[in-house]
Order: sequence, then structure tokens, then C-alpha cells
Amino acid sequence: MPKIKLTEYATNLVKEICAKFNNNEGELINVLHQVQNKLGYLPAEIQELIAQELNISAAKVYGVVTFYSYFTMKPQGEFPISVCMGTACYVRGAEQVLDEIKRQLRIDVGETTPDGKFSLSALRCVGACGLAPVVLVGEKVHGRVATVDVKKILAEYKSGCLSDKE
Amino acid sequence: MDKIKLTIDNKEVEVAKGTTILDAAKQIGVHIPTLCHMKLHDMGIENKPGGCRVCVVEVEGRRNLAPACVTEAAAGMNINTHSIRVINARRTVTELIISDHPFECLTCAKSGECELQDLAHQMGIREIHFEGEKSVYREDTSPAIIRDMDKCIMCRRCEMMCNEVQTVGVLSAINRGFYAVVSPPFEQNLDHSVCTYCGQCVAVCPTGALTEVDHTPAVIRALSDPSKTVVVQTAPAVRAALGEEFGFEPGTLVTGKMVAALRRLGFNYVFDTDFAADLTIMEEGTEMLDRLSRHLNGDKTVKLPILTSCCPAWVKFFEHQFPDMKDIPSSAKSPQQMFGAIAKSYFAEKQNINRKDLVVVSVMPCLAKKYESSRDEFAVDGNPDVDFAISTRELAALIKLANIEFKALPEEDFDHPLGESTGAGVIFGTTGGVIEAAVRTAYELHTKKPLPKLNFDELRGMEGVREATIDFDGLPIRIGIAHGLGNARKLLEDIRSGKSHFHAIEIMSCPGGCIGGGGQPYHHGNSDILIKRQKAIYQEDSMKTLRKSHENPYIVKLYEEFLGHPMSDKAHHLLHTSYFDRSKHFEQED
Repeated sequence: MPKIKLTEYATNLVKEICAKFNNNEGELINVLHQVQNKLGYLPAEIQELIAQELNISAAKVYGVVTFYSYFTMKPQGEFPISVCMGTACYVRGAEQVLDEIKRQLRIDVGETTPDGKFSLSALRCVGACGLAPVVLVGEKVHGRVATVDVKKILAEYKSGCLSDKE
Repeated sequence: MDKIKLTIDNKEVEVAKGTTILDAAKQIGVHIPTLCHMKLHDMGIENKPGGCRVCVVEVEGRRNLAPACVTEAAAGMNINTHSIRVINARRTVTELIISDHPFECLTCAKSGECELQDLAHQMGIREIHFEGEKSVYREDTSPAIIRDMDKCIMCRRCEMMCNEVQTVGVLSAINRGFYAVVSPPFEQNLDHSVCTYCGQCVAVCPTGALTEVDHTPAVIRALSDPSKTVVVQTAPAVRAALGEEFGFEPGTLVTGKMVAALRRLGFNYVFDTDFAADLTIMEEGTEMLDRLSRHLNGDKTVKLPILTSCCPAWVKFFEHQFPDMKDIPSSAKSPQQMFGAIAKSYFAEKQNINRKDLVVVSVMPCLAKKYESSRDEFAVDGNPDVDFAISTRELAALIKLANIEFKALPEEDFDHPLGESTGAGVIFGTTGGVIEAAVRTAYELHTKKPLPKLNFDELRGMEGVREATIDFDGLPIRIGIAHGLGNARKLLEDIRSGKSHFHAIEIMSCPGGCIGGGGQPYHHGNSDILIKRQKAIYQEDSMKTLRKSHENPYIVKLYEEFLGHPMSDKAHHLLHTSYFDRSKHFEQED
């Protein structure tokens, strides 16, 4: 991974978010949350900037980022896919669905496709157990997904025109 | 203060409110075993994450066992520290910790000094009932410190020293659960991080997870090479601690025996870093007076306060964290490097030895000295001024390896010319000592009058930040002292914001100064040991006939025969250095 030169936009965004929390080190998790929501991920350079703004060591920031599975240091795809592995989804075949997505995209959990379209994660219960198994693509919920549906779902996003044509 | 009464192991004890069960038990001679907990009482340093659960005790009426290190003693408590329930729990906890620890005790660098090993011994553990996967992590070697995270038990002592005490902020726990390790940010190697190599993480590590790079094999090879002349220099703090490795009481001075041991190890010349400390005072003291008099004459370009520069971890600290102030510290090299430079020029010429055939070994209380000696600017055509730097612990290992009965050794004297020193050189080993030595010389050079007194009690002590004003015959000189890099940071921030009123500041990275260095015999959390070593240092000073650096006859001779005068061109070339901006933090490794 080459060193990233932060854009002015990213630098200002991080500084604003830190300032919103009064640069209080106790707000580290909230800061990380908001920065990741805006930028999609938390690269090392961003963590260093946050450390500087909150006056704590980069090691501490990295410690928190690696502790919580929600935080990621890898850029997310254009369409982040999350497969629910909560109990209900799991017993209704979520693992097979996840395996099928892995097979078709040729990436593992936590990875992003080389074209930057899709990234894949597994998460615990999204609270839609009635629709199990559930796959989230971005904000959209796909319910009662079977392995045979995977190809169709992915194809829709690959063409990049899902929302227009539906 | 409010007092409360409680019962521990059927003994009543009265303690101040707020005391932990662990400390209360100690008062009546009950030593509850601990592992992650560590308290350096006199430094106000305490690590108690309550994570290892080794110190659990049974509190009557309480459902669960209580960790003694973080549970406050309460009035009327009835505590049992060795009931069968406690012993079983403690043993299970210890076994679980060991179940994820390599069984390498026989070959581990920490064997014999390992607190986990001690605990297993104390608990009488003969079998591990838990089998399974062990967590593994790559080994990380730097110029001074080795990280072997397979042996880490996540006590977080190193993290506390690195972040809270030193404010260096390199080590933090990362990842979670089984995969958790202590690491520099982004899992860099130490030598890519802002680590200062102060070695305080090594000094407090209970196991072999953090150890020093071992230079003893290279020293043995040099000693057995007949084409090499091998000289050794010993730092002041070593003589006040080496004895502990051989069963002497902490604070026992073993200067003469140490010299005898080094001679028996085969060093051709046994010299003293204290000589170079006297030389440092000549250069640094002159530089201090020069800056001071230019300042008093209204020269606005002169930077004050002047900061000492003997401590290599401190040098690396400000190069990383305060690069904008890198022209404030004295340009004088550290005594170790001054010694190397003089040995490989003046002494080599005198003895007619090619510098490539002269090996300089230093014995240091310090791990950062290993790094310092490897810095590019301290070498001539790739030949370092100091070839190897071994710690006090490594010297003890060499002595044991050579079958030398240390206790039975006679007291011997250092060789000349680089072995003669004054009391001023000796006190470099403790916080406050460098600046006291500088004051003794600067006072006489400035006022041209003899010092009215030699001991500056106002500069001595163990408080983290101290200040004093010394009267230079009508001219008040304001002096600051800090030990521990967190304390140093406070003084530096004051300078940066223009609030500092000091003329000169002494900084030592380790709590207590070099006596508490990362290469010293392990104190295992007993800060009394540091105080005893400090006493020994001042005792050695008071026993010396010469106690001012500028009165050292061999220093006088060195200037007459070789250097000319302090800050001369030759002195500048050999004895001074410059510092680098290392503020660039994060570099991805390819």
C-alpha cells in the first residue's frame, strides 16, 4: 500500500468532526464512526490525523480501530455487501449465500473487488429476522435470499442501473 | 485521613480508606501473588488493569472472588487469601495463561527473571490441563529491543510506561481476544516507529516478550581475536547496580570488583565512561557559559535554555516530537560517544593502533545506547566509534559465563589515561547529576572563584520535575530537571510556548535517571532499589578526592596534548554533533 496524500477535503472533514467533539479524546469512537461514515474507511493517514487532533498516540487510535470489527482500514466498494450471519439467517442458509457471493466475486470477507465495485462483510443480526437470510447491498435490503438469487442480484449492481430501471 | 479496620487471613489490619486489598495485605506481611500489577511507589507509577486475575482473594459474603489489586478494602471485610477456592482459581488462571505461552523456558532470555515462571513455581504447577492453539505473531527486531509477542501475557505494563510515563505513544494493545498483541501503530516494526529505545518497556515486562538485543556474542568474538585491541568503558550507573546480579544488597558499590572482572574477561584496557563524562562537562559547560554570556550581552539570536544531550532516548524523542527545537539542546555528544571518538583518535594514535583494530565496548545501564552507537554520524568510514554496547545485565551474563566468582574478586583500579574521573563524572548516573556536575565547573569557570560548596542538595531528589536557582556569585542561574520523558515533555511545551524561565535544563529519559535505565538489573516493581542506587552514586562522588571535571588531570592533559581548548575546531569535530528532524511519522512498509 503506497502512502496516501490526504486531500484538503479529507483533512478538513476530519478536523471538523474532531472539533465537533471538542477534540476530546474520550470521543474517539464517535469520531471514528463519523469519519468512516463519510469516507468509507479509516486509512493509516486518517488515523494519524485523528490522533494528532485528539492529542493521543496513533498507537491508541489503531488499537481501537483494530478492536472493533465495524471499523475498517480497507476502502469499501461502490456497493458494500453485508451478509447477515445472525442466528435466524444462519440457520436459513446464510453461510451458503455468503460462500456463493465469495465464489462469484472471487473475494473473501473484508476484501474489495479489484474494480472497486463490491466489498464484502459479514455482520451479526440486522433485526430483519423475518426476511432471513438477509443480504444488504448498500442501504438496500434483500430478503429470503437463496444461493440461486446471488447471480441476479450482483448482475443488477454490475450494470450500475438498478434504481433507474426498476 | 479516615481509617478502616478489616481482617485478612485472620489478622486484623487498620488501613487508610481507599487502600486496595493488595496493599492492606502487604502491611501485615501477606504477599498476594500478582502478575499484571506493578507499582513503582516512589515514582507514582502504577499499572493495575485488573486483567490477569492472579491476585483473586475470597471476601466473605461476596459471591465472586475479588481481584486484590483493584478492589478497595472496606470496613469489616473478612478476607482469605489462600483458601482452597482461591488456590484452585489462581492455579487455573495461571495454567490458562501458560497454555497460550511457548514452553521455551530453558532457552528464553528472561529465564530466571521471568515473573510468569516465578508464579508457576510458586503455584507449584506441574501440569497444564488446557491444550489448544497458541497465538503467534511475527518477531520484531530493532537496533536495541526485540519484541516476541508470543510471550506477551497482555499485562499492559509496557503500554503504560510508553504512553503514560514516557508519552512516546508507540505501544498499544491492538486487535482483540486471542489475536490481541501489543504493537506500534499500524503494526509497524519498532525501527519504523517513533520508539526512543528508552527500554522502560523492557524494564517492566514480566516475561520474555520484550528483551534487549544481545551484543555479548560479538564481544566474546572480539575478545578472542588476537589482532584486536579491545577497550571497555563503563557508565557511572553500572557500578551502583551490577552487584545486585551477584547477590549484593541493592545500593552496593562494586566499582573495584567490576574493573577486576573486566580485566579477567580479557579486555586490554579497562576505561571509564566517567572520564568522558568529565569531558562532556568541559564541552557542555563551556557551551552553556558561551550561550549564557552572549544572552546576557543582549545577543537575541542565542537560544536558551540549553538542554543536556547525554541521553540518547531523549535525543531521539525530541528529534521525533519536537524537531522545531532541535537547535536548543547542547551540541555536545553523549559521554559514550565522546569516549569512542577519543579512544579511536587520541588513544589509538598514542598506542599506534589502527582504528580498525581497536574495538570499543561500552557497558551501559541503557538500551538506547545500542541504538546510539549504531547511528551513522558516529562512525568514520563505516567504522563505528563505539563497536558494541552491552547492558549491565549483559555484563553480568558475561562474568557468569567466564566462571568468575564476582564476590571473591579484589578491588582494582581503572587504567590510564581514559580511566581517571572525578566525582562530577560519577553523578551523571542519577537524575540531577549532569546538571550538578555542570554547575560545579561552570561556576568556577564563570566566577573564577572556588565553589563555596560541592553538594547541591537543591538539585537532588526523585521528584519528576525539579527546579532550583543557583547563585553564580550574584548572577542567579535558573535550572530545571526532568526525568521520565512525560516530564520532559512538560518542560519542552513550556519552552515552545515561551513560558519557560530556565537557563539550563537536564533531561533523562528513565525514571531516576540512568540508575533506572532499561539495561539495569530488573527492579521487579521495587522502587526502593532505585533510591538505594542513587545513594550509592552520591556516595561514590563523596569518596572521590577530585570532584570537579575541570580538575581531572587527564582531562587537562587531553586538552594540552590533543584538543587545544573546549569548543576548539578539533573538539567540535570530535565531540560535538547535530540533530535531525525525524518528525515524519508513518511510512508504509513495502
